[in-house]
Amino acid sequence: MQMHSLAFDVSHTLAGGLVLISFMMLYQDRLYSLLNVFALHAVVLSLSVAWQAFVQDAPHLYITAIIALVFKAIVIPVALHRIVKQLGIHRDIEAAVGIGPTMLAGMALVALSMVLMLRVTADADPLAREDLAFALSVVLLGLLVMVTRRNAVSQVVGFMSLENGLVLAATGAKGMPLVVEISVAFSILIAFIVIGIFLFRIRERFDSVDVSALDDFRGERR
Amino acid sequence: MPPVVLQMACIAGLLGLAVLAIILSRSKAATAVVYGATLALSAIALTGAIRWLLGDTTKPGDLVLPIGLPWLGAHFRLDALAGFFLVVVNLGGAAASLYGLGYGRHDHAPYRVLPFFPAFLAGMNLVVLADDAFSYLLCWEFMSLASWALVMAHHREAGNARAGYVYLVMASFGTLALLLAFGLLAGPAGDYGFAAIRATQHTPYTATLVLILMLLGAGSKAGLVPLHVWLPLAHPAAPSHVSALMSGVMTKVAIYGFIRVIFDLLGQPGWPASAVVLFLGGITAAMGILYAMMERDLKRLLAYSTIENVGIIFTSLGLAMAFQANGQKLAAALAFTAALFHVLNHSFFKSLLFFGAGAVLTATGERDMDRLGGLIHRMPLTSFVVLVGCVAISALPPFNGFVSEWLIFQAVLQSPELPQWALKIMVPAIGALLALAAALAAACFVKAYGVAFLGRPRSVAAETAGEVDRFSLAAMFILAALCLLAGILPGLVIDALSPVAMQILGSRMPIQVNEPWLSIVPIAESRSSYNGLLVMVFITISASLAVYFIHRFASHALRRGPAWGCGFSDPTPAAQYSGGSFAQPIRRVFGTLAFHARDHVEMPAPGDIRPARLRIELHDLIWEGMYEPIAAAVGLSSEKLNRLQFLTIRRYLSLVFATLVTLLLVLAIWS
Repeated sequence: MQMHSLAFDVSHTLAGGLVLISFMMLYQDRLYSLLNVFALHAVVLSLSVAWQAFVQDAPHLYITAIIALVFKAIVIPVALHRIVKQLGIHRDIEAAVGIGPTMLAGMALVALSMVLMLRVTADADPLAREDLAFALSVVLLGLLVMVTRRNAVSQVVGFMSLENGLVLAATGAKGMPLVVEISVAFSILIAFIVIGIFLFRIRERFDSVDVSALDDFRGERR
Repeated sequence: MPPVVLQMACIAGLLGLAVLAIILSRSKAATAVVYGATLALSAIALTGAIRWLLGDTTKPGDLVLPIGLPWLGAHFRLDALAGFFLVVVNLGGAAASLYGLGYGRHDHAPYRVLPFFPAFLAGMNLVVLADDAFSYLLCWEFMSLASWALVMAHHREAGNARAGYVYLVMASFGTLALLLAFGLLAGPAGDYGFAAIRATQHTPYTATLVLILMLLGAGSKAGLVPLHVWLPLAHPAAPSHVSALMSGVMTKVAIYGFIRVIFDLLGQPGWPASAVVLFLGGITAAMGILYAMMERDLKRLLAYSTIENVGIIFTSLGLAMAFQANGQKLAAALAFTAALFHVLNHSFFKSLLFFGAGAVLTATGERDMDRLGGLIHRMPLTSFVVLVGCVAISALPPFNGFVSEWLIFQAVLQSPELPQWALKIMVPAIGALLALAAALAAACFVKAYGVAFLGRPRSVAAETAGEVDRFSLAAMFILAALCLLAGILPGLVIDALSPVAMQILGSRMPIQVNEPWLSIVPIAESRSSYNGLLVMVFITISASLAVYFIHRFASHALRRGPAWGCGFSDPTPAAQYSGGSFAQPIRRVFGTLAFHARDHVEMPAPGDIRPARLRIELHDLIWEGMYEPIAAAVGLSSEKLNRLQFLTIRRYLSLVFATLVTLLLVLAIWS
């Protein structure tokens, strides 16, 4: 009983930490710091997944944790750092919505996902309930990052933090087969590659990764 | 061979013929081959259907083909109702094929018509035979598309493209309504076989919705006001023998759909439903013929007259529903049989009249009545059969139109027996509307015949017209003979229709063949009876006597003198009484209400040598009041939504995000 309560507390802390780091992403206005925060996000995710592996006695989740740690916390942030440096991208992020309103919206989203998930999953395992509620918050915050930033790199980061939320949800529920996690990890990697190429293309053509250049190219006005 | 297999074999033959027509289409012999083959196949199917209807129809023939949805298959079933409509479809098909043998030769682009004509016939046959909702809808769409292709056959002529577009929109709308109706009928269990739907007990709520949807779906195809707008555009746009099929037969297939679903599958929808059908039928009859009265295009006039006849049929079906809901079996059978009889009659004389219009079109190239005239001297045979058709459609004895409308009025006269006061008051009012429609129809066809065939030619084309080919004439003469036969021997037709009434309502009209002198007695001898044969004998004798006395006793001296001008003293034919002149009194009476009609007289000032002009302003209130606002709303909203095509990536993401959050909020609030 004591052990169960400890397991609950630790995973609760880690998932809550993930939400907190998502909030940290919302107010970063420098690209490097955003990437660092994302790396931290991935570290906490891998910790959370590892803890789930320990609690659920499911060794295959360790693999997921390692995948998260290696790819998301190390490879992708390093690669993005290199891209930003090589391409000489402007390192400040132009926000479409101010920091204050974004934070308020983030809080509202967390509240929404709490209310919704706790009500919908009333008779599920409490551990899975909390986990799902946090995971939904992380997903929504990731979307919010994508929506409120004009910079392509930060949109990529928002997308990947969204995927982190999905992994959190997948590992929180007992008995998810490994195949799913690997596919999730790979989908992120592929998305990263595609978007990386996409960035190069934008850079080549427009000398900027600000997506408004695309709009100018299409003859749009904002 | 079992009858249902014979029918399906004919349909397969027609479908094969459609493919063959594509291969053959550019060759010279194609017209003769295709119409000859459709004639043969329709004649075989017609014979099979008549034999089936006259034989023992209590054991329907079923056929399941392993096509369509894999776990369902395609069910087909030949019962009495289907048998009757097969007779209508294939009779029309055979007549149109025979007519097409001659008419098709004048077509400058036969390859646009030939492949779709057999396909259209096959589609109508299939709809009538289908026995599950999936096959029914599929065949219905097939029929619609084939007929649409035929409407678009001469797509370069003015207005045809628009007609095709409006038809396509209305047909899709109608099929959507039918789809929803069948979805409701199948219910949550989702068994789409008609047998399963028939066995289910439907709640009143479902029944009401299905009735509304069927009135929208089948009603739009049949031409119920206000869903009729496509009909006067599309029917005249097709080649004339196809117009005849669309007006004379396809509207009947829509009526079949209504009968099948409302009477057969749904069970008994209750008396308020009948009031709705009665009301719509009455309005359709009156409005249809008023529109026809204002028309000067011969084929459009006929199309509007189809709307009127569909209204008459729906009124009669509404009466049958009302009587059946109150358990008055005999009266219900009377009204139902009258409706079927009118279906048959209308397919006869409307096909005949469209053939006549086609003959006039072939001979003169004109559809505008005010550019015709005097054709009775140049096309005597055509003029004679068209006269027969006009008399029949105007419901004059001894032809068939009179019999069916007389039966409908007999059913109307049974209305005091109904227990509901609403119906007691409403039915005679609808009867009055029908009487008005019948009178206006007579006026309308006096106008059509008088202006187009009598008087003096108003154009060179009309002056130089010649008689049409013998295939067209043969088709018209056969239909005219059928009009007369059904008019003087109605008892036989009524008895042939009784298995259908027996199957659908569980009751029938009394047997008529045993009545003395081939009379028909719908209820009882003491109430009313009609004898077409005696009426014809009387008309023949009195007319012969009159002719004899005139020729015997009148002066034989030929006199020439200044006749009373009758407004026609001016020697130019353009000064004759025109269609517009004929319609003017009726326009004065009804036009202000129904069309917001205005006459403007432009008088030149004294000393001005400009001629005075009379300008007539008519409004199609249904089009302007209902369809134009809908079209405007659709246009406006699509213009607004078009901006969504040109957003930035971030705004698209925001849209996704907003949608997600909204859905989650909905879930949070309502769960």
